[in-house]
Amino acid sequence: MKITKTVNGSSLCLALEGRLDTTTAPEFEAALKASVDGITELTIDMKLLDYLSSAGLRILLGAQKTMNKQGSMRVIHVNDMIQEIFEVTGFADILTVEA
Amino acid sequence: MEELTVDATVENIARVTSFVEEELEKYDCPVKAQMQIAVAIDELFGNIAHYAYNPDIGPATVRVEVSGEPLAVIITFIDNGVPYDPLAKADPDISLGAQEREFGGLGIFMVKKSMDEIAYEYKDGQNILRIKKRI
Repeated sequence: MKITKTVNGSSLCLALEGRLDTTTAPEFEAALKASVDGITELTIDMKLLDYLSSAGLRILLGAQKTMNKQGSMRVIHVNDMIQEIFEVTGFADILTVEA
Repeated sequence: MEELTVDATVENIARVTSFVEEELEKYDCPVKAQMQIAVAIDELFGNIAHYAYNPDIGPATVRVEVSGEPLAVIITFIDNGVPYDPLAKADPDISLGAQEREFGGLGIFMVKKSMDEIAYEYKDGQNILRIKKRI
């Protein structure tokens, strides 16, 4: 997986490319941990993400909990399959998801 | 039918996924089904890697078969580890908010929802988990 990080003041965008699964979730978690301090607007861009498994959902949940305390988070450019995963797992209600 | 036996480790998930995808490439498998199958492999092989032989490492066998009318892929995961029926676990409460969410069982729940069939048996000292997906 490739992660592209863009910071603009207290806004952070992490663009994910490839697969967010058991193997790559630790990279995503590390990228979040390293850069989320002082961030009030977090955007996760999934335009180039093929899919995610429950390992990825776990990290997204952790990020959402962190951002509930310090600002807001949105997940953008979600493909149909990822949207379906969010709906099936109830994450569509937990996350702020934009197509 | 094709078969691959490797150590059940997280590092080998990608190898198992490629092995299955090579089989699926011989057929006109829709991209969505391919990705759902990749997620299922991540969840199921990942479970075996984490729990079957913990803290040791042991082997797991993955069999792939594409057949039938309508065409379907059947993937079987076999390990000799601790008996574990992933289907025995209750489905997670997906209505809970972020703070209350428990994580256990979400992966297998996703697999149940995306595959057409899932079956488990423990036989001759082996965990045998089979998933079927029409393609």
